[in-house]
Amino acid sequence: MARVLLFGRLSDVAGWRSRDIASDTLTALRDLLCGEDAHLAEALRAPGVQVALDQAIVRGDAALGPRSEVAFLPPMSGG
Amino acid sequence: MITLTDQPFDPGVLLSAFCRDRTETGAVASFVGLARAELGAAAILELEAYPGFTEGEINRIAQQAVDRFSLDDFAVVHRVGQIAPGESIVFVATAATHRRAAFEACDFLMDYLKSRAPFWKKETGPDGARWIEPKPQDHADIARWET
Repeated sequence: MARVLLFGRLSDVAGWRSRDIASDTLTALRDLLCGEDAHLAEALRAPGVQVALDQAIVRGDAALGPRSEVAFLPPMSGG
Repeated sequence: MITLTDQPFDPGVLLSAFCRDRTETGAVASFVGLARAELGAAAILELEAYPGFTEGEINRIAQQAVDRFSLDDFAVVHRVGQIAPGESIVFVATAATHRRAAFEACDFLMDYLKSRAPFWKKETGPDGARWIEPKPQDHADIARWET
């Protein structure tokens, strides 16, 4: 199970901040999230949304382990 | 030292602690950012961080400041959670042998923190809640350091 975290406007759109989801890859995880929530799908496609795997920004696909932490990060606002 | 806290802090206490027991530091510069009321438009400011990731990213930039300005030390204290108008949001202090480096490093760190640090900011006022993104001026401010 990967721990999935949503930040900023993404958690408002989805109505949750953290969930444990079984998935083997980032792409499969994203497809699963988008398939169950069209509003979240649209928000994840917005410009500037980044993905962090185990607290490091990744681009493209990546394999997920049983204790992976995946965070979807909308554009950062600064403090 | 980088600290995220959901509790109000006293910048004077932080500055005194930062200055204590330094015998070779000739200069300490500090900055305190306060939450503005925006004439009633912003009743409550809410800042969200990604614990661990946010401190790690701030530390990466702070280490750049240490190298670039030959800092002896730095401190960043940043509020998260709900912040009322008039409360301190951020405290930055820099210590160097001479004042110019301390001033410039403090300015550099604040420009980074205001534009690129991993925070998500929501303002709730009479017209509801809205997520805030960096202003063009924030991007212009950070561009000053990229020459």
